[in-house]
Amino acid sequence: MSAVRRLFKDLNANKAMLLMVLPATVWFLIFSYLPMAGLVIAFKEYRYSRDGFLASILNSAWVGFENFKFLFSTNDAWIITRNTVLYNVVFIVLGLLLAVGMAIVLSEIVNKKLAKVYQTGMFLPHFLSWVIVGYFVFSFLSFDRGVLNQLMEALGLERTQWYADPEPWPIIIVLVNLWKSVGYSSVIYLAAITGFDKSLYEAAMIDGANKWQQIRRITIPLLIPIMTIMTLLNIGRIFYADFGLFFQVPRDSGALYSVTNVIDTYVYRGLTTTGEIGMSTAAGFYQSIIGFLLVITSNYIVRKINKDNALF
Amino acid sequence: MLAVTKKNRDFHRISPVGNAIFHAIAGLFTFACVFPFVFVIIISFTDESTLARNGYSLFPEKWSLEAYRYILLTGEQLFRSYGVTIFVTVVGTIVSMVFIALFAYAISRKSFKYRNFFSFLAFFTMLFNGGLVPTYIVVTQLLDLKDTVWALILPMAVNAFYIMIMRTFFVTSVPDAIIESGKIDGASEFRIFTTLVLPLSLPGLATIGLFSTLGYWNDWFNALLYIDDPGLVPLQSMLMRIENSMSFLLQNTSNASINAGILQSLPQDTSRMAMVVLATGPIVLAYPFFQRYFIQGLTIGAVKE
Repeated sequence: MSAVRRLFKDLNANKAMLLMVLPATVWFLIFSYLPMAGLVIAFKEYRYSRDGFLASILNSAWVGFENFKFLFSTNDAWIITRNTVLYNVVFIVLGLLLAVGMAIVLSEIVNKKLAKVYQTGMFLPHFLSWVIVGYFVFSFLSFDRGVLNQLMEALGLERTQWYADPEPWPIIIVLVNLWKSVGYSSVIYLAAITGFDKSLYEAAMIDGANKWQQIRRITIPLLIPIMTIMTLLNIGRIFYADFGLFFQVPRDSGALYSVTNVIDTYVYRGLTTTGEIGMSTAAGFYQSIIGFLLVITSNYIVRKINKDNALF
Repeated sequence: MLAVTKKNRDFHRISPVGNAIFHAIAGLFTFACVFPFVFVIIISFTDESTLARNGYSLFPEKWSLEAYRYILLTGEQLFRSYGVTIFVTVVGTIVSMVFIALFAYAISRKSFKYRNFFSFLAFFTMLFNGGLVPTYIVVTQLLDLKDTVWALILPMAVNAFYIMIMRTFFVTSVPDAIIESGKIDGASEFRIFTTLVLPLSLPGLATIGLFSTLGYWNDWFNALLYIDDPGLVPLQSMLMRIENSMSFLLQNTSNASINAGILQSLPQDTSRMAMVVLATGPIVLAYPFFQRYFIQGLTIGAVKE
C-alpha cells in the first residue's frame, strides 16, 4: 500500500476524532500559533499597511536586532525586569509562607463549621476582578475621602497623595496581591493536609508529641513535596506579572511607574500609548523566551524530584 | 489507655489557648478579606453630602438610597453593560466548553492515532506564546474583530490548561468498557460522546464551566484592548472607565433632560460604589454555592493522569 493511501486510510479511520479536535485546533492556530509567527515583528520596523495583515508584516523593513538594542539601551529594560522579578520573588516567598501557615491554622481549628466559614471568606477575593479590587484600594487610599488619610489626620499626621508617591507602593502592591491570592492557594495545601494519614498523628500523640511538634515534624515535612512543586511552577512564571495588579490597583498613575511598571504593562503601553510596536514586541519576545526557558528548567527540576508532579 | 483517649476526644486537638489564637488569626484574615466589600456597600448607601464632608466612613451620619435611585433612573450604560457581560459570559462559556470538551475527549482516547500530536499542539501554548502585540495585530487586522462582541469572546475561548484538566477527567472517570459497549451497540463516536461520556463527566464540565464563567464575567482586558464602542463595553470595563469621573456615563445617557442643576448634585462617589456593588453582586451571592466545584477543579488541576 502506498504511503498516501495509508495516510488517507488513517485519516478516515480517525475521522470522528479529527472533527472533534477541529474547532479548538483552528483556534490554537489563529490565536496561539499565528501570534508566535507574528514575533518576526520584533525584528522589523513595523509599518501598518492598508492592504491587510500580511502586507503590513511583509512590507515592514528588517532591522535585525535594532529593537532589542534600543530596548536594552534604555533604563526601561532594567526597571521592568527588576520590578517583575523582584515582586514575583516576594510573592512566591511570602505567598508560600502565608498560604501554608493559613492551611495549617484552618486544619487545626476544632470547630469545622467555623473553619469552613473562614475558608469561604478567604476565598472571596479570588472571585473579584482587579477592577473591583482597584476600587477597594481606592476607598482606603483616596486623598480626600480615603480611610487611611482620615486615620492619619486623626492621629495628627499629614494627608498623603498615595497615588503620587512611589515610596509606599512596593508594600501596597505586595499586600494587595497577598490579600487576593492567599485564600486561594491555601486551599491546595489544605486539601493535601486533609488527605494525610491520621494514624501518623495518633502515633505521635501516643509518643507524647504536642501539637506544635506534630505540625513541625509531620505536617510540614509531608507538605514539602507539594510546596516545592508549587514554588518551582511559580518560578517558571517569574517573568510574567499579573497585568491587573500592576495596572488597575495603582490606577495607571504615571507618577508610580518607577515601582509599578512591569514587563506586561510596559508592552501594553508600548502598544497603545507610545506606539512603539517593534520595541514592544521585542520586550514581549524577551519575556516569552526567558519565560519558556524558566518553565522548561523548573519542570526539569520538578521531574527530578517527583515525576508525577511535573507539568510534562 | 484507649478508653481514656476515646472518652475525651482531645486526642488530635490543640489546647484551648492555641485554638483561640488560631481562631483569631483565621478570623482576622477572613475579616480583612471580606471587609473591603462590606465597606463599599456601606459607602454606596451613604448620603453624598455626608460623604463629601466626612469622607468614606464605616458609620455614616446619614444613610441614603440616592445612589441606587440615580442608577435606576439614568444608568442606561450600566444596564447596557450588564447585557453585554451576560451575553459574553453565556455565549463565551458555551463556546469554550464545546471546544474544550471535544478536544480534550479526542486526546483522551487511546484509539485516536494523532492524540500525541494534538496534545502537544495544545500543550505547547502553555509554554510559549507570541505575546500581546502580535495577538493584538492578529485580532484587529487579520480577523478585524475590533469593536465587535467576538473580540470579547474568542480570545478567551480556549485554554490549554482547562483542556489538560478535562482530559484528566475523561481518563479517570470514563471507563473504557463503557465506550466499548457503546461501540458494540453500533453507536457513532459522537453518539458515544454525547450520550455516554458527557453525563459521566458532569463534575468536570461544571468545574470548567465555572472557571470560564468567572473568567468572562471578570474580564476587562479584552475590552480595554478591542472595544471603543460604548454599546459594547462590558461591566468591569465600564467600571474602569468611569473610575475618575461620571462623564462617561453622562455622555452615553440619552436622557437629555439632565440639566446643569442635576449635574451638580450628582451622587458621584456613592453611585460609582453602588455600581461596584451591582456588578459584583451576582458573583458574590453565587460563589458560596459553587465554591465546592472550584476547590474540586483546583485540586484536580494539581493532579495529573
